[in-house]
Amino acid sequence: MKIAVASGKGGTGKTTVATSLAHLAAEDGVSVAYLDCDVEEPNGHIFLKPRLVREEPITKLIPVVDLDRCSHCGLCSQACRYGAIACVGQQTLVFTELCHSCGGCLLACPHDAIGEAFRPIGRLRVGVRGRLQFVEGVLNVGEAMSPPAIRAVKIAAPEVALTVLDCPPGTSCPVIASVRDCDLVLLVTEPTPFGLHDLKLAVEMVRALRLTFGVVVNRSDTGDHAVWDYCRHQRIAVLAALSDDRAVAEAYSRGELAVTSVGHFADQMRTLLETVQSGVQA
Amino acid sequence: MNELVVISGKGGTGKTSIVASFASLAGRAVVADCDVDAADLHLILQPQIMRREDFIGGSKARIKSGHCTACGKCEELCRFDAIYFDGPGNGRVPKTFRVDPIACEGCGVCFDYCAEQAIAFEPAVTGQWYVSHTRCGPLVHARLAVAAENSGKLVTQLRRAARQVAMQLERDVILCDGAPGIGCPVIASLTGANLALFVVEPTASGQHDFLRVAELAMQLGVPGALVVNKSDLNDEVTRDLESLARQRGIAVLGRIPYDRSVTLAQIARRTVVEASGGPAARAIRDVWNQIQEHLRQRPAKAVGGLVQLDTVQANTVQLDTEKKESRV
Repeated sequence: MKIAVASGKGGTGKTTVATSLAHLAAEDGVSVAYLDCDVEEPNGHIFLKPRLVREEPITKLIPVVDLDRCSHCGLCSQACRYGAIACVGQQTLVFTELCHSCGGCLLACPHDAIGEAFRPIGRLRVGVRGRLQFVEGVLNVGEAMSPPAIRAVKIAAPEVALTVLDCPPGTSCPVIASVRDCDLVLLVTEPTPFGLHDLKLAVEMVRALRLTFGVVVNRSDTGDHAVWDYCRHQRIAVLAALSDDRAVAEAYSRGELAVTSVGHFADQMRTLLETVQSGVQA
Repeated sequence: MNELVVISGKGGTGKTSIVASFASLAGRAVVADCDVDAADLHLILQPQIMRREDFIGGSKARIKSGHCTACGKCEELCRFDAIYFDGPGNGRVPKTFRVDPIACEGCGVCFDYCAEQAIAFEPAVTGQWYVSHTRCGPLVHARLAVAAENSGKLVTQLRRAARQVAMQLERDVILCDGAPGIGCPVIASLTGANLALFVVEPTASGQHDFLRVAELAMQLGVPGALVVNKSDLNDEVTRDLESLARQRGIAVLGRIPYDRSVTLAQIARRTVVEASGGPAARAIRDVWNQIQEHLRQRPAKAVGGLVQLDTVQANTVQLDTEKKESRV
């Protein structure tokens, strides 16, 4: 079973929920994998503190121009929809950050002057912590596109009973790359106007992708009632309400798993894990 | 003209609440909501839309099943696994190929090499952007369709529009609310800005993410300033953040303590400084005064950094307020 933990708004508690679920499942003896798909800002390692067993570069294919063969005809540049290759006078320049690795320039080149090479865009780290298997992608600073790194994390994921994916915030391409082909998406939100507004966008996204989903309301006793009213009205299952607690926030600030130290928070997360494992209906 | 970009690395640290407060303190600024994935500023500033424009995010391929001969060339060439052999049959073949629009990245290779010209590849409107009037000055904002790509390109579009509005109305400060992360929308927000304000919470995650986004700003040649939000959550991490900032030449502008009036202001649809005179509001005022001082000392500079992100914009939409003005 693959569970994605996502949210429209950032900072709602995705990593707290994802690491807690993975930790508690591993404690129960379930074979579990935690995948950090928030490759721009991966934080799961701070809390899970895995022992790293493997590290390798994440690469993407980019065109390499053989200037001896290149006639600077410009056909590659015309074919590229991303503006990632340009002929300027007697030079053909590749802007690797913009390249989607589609191979269109290779096909367009009449002189066979374009080959491909792997360019590193980040690091893949694989680790373990007891029964828990850990995979994270770390995008290099300065790289614009995270989906290739997210796909690398998902490819490296081990076959286990329960996979928990910690997703990036938002609703665009990095999130889509993360949540696709998951069995359940947990949308973590806060009961505030910003939380509700961004939850609506996230709901639109998971509905467009036809994914099964439920909502987790974090810091449930702050803010107002509008998130609850919305979920009731839209017949969306609220799978957990996590209370706002200074002890949880402080454990989080120190980079510690609150489920190991704050009893009632662990109870709330354990109930959520049971709900998720027993299956959620669309 | 000075452009201040408020970013954080990690999401949910208080960027939008701070930008909204700055907008009410500045009075004469143009505000741009560059967090196009999860734009929230309009909830507080309650804009009256004066002008709306379509955003063309790129093209997607679509196979015309009546023309497809099921040769499989498109599937062979597509590198995004976006082509499926489960489209409806036609008179010639029992099944045709089909494009999954969500997997399609719009490279156009299938369109270019389809021998039957059975593939359509047309630009799609994937969002809208707006120039609005608010009680705190003009707001440039957008709505990106769910599951759409190219948020970086939309951010570049918004910043261009904000500059044009600022020139027309002779405003000298642009306040940009940035996206979380370090990817394309953040790069598009930072490139060529005068100052990046990092809003960071004193947590292990906040610190980790701050260091990455600070490195990005440094790569792009944008000077930085730090404000620690909810600074009393962890005094030790707050001090660490401030010393890490100083080591990197990032100005430390202050601490905003945890204050429930920030959430209450949001619920009341007001900026923190409009709704409260409490500790958070006082700290935000102080930070704003320092930023103004900072911008005076660092005059606007030429656009630098990742220029190609700015130069490849395919569709430049000109501000043409008279012709296309629309009210809602």
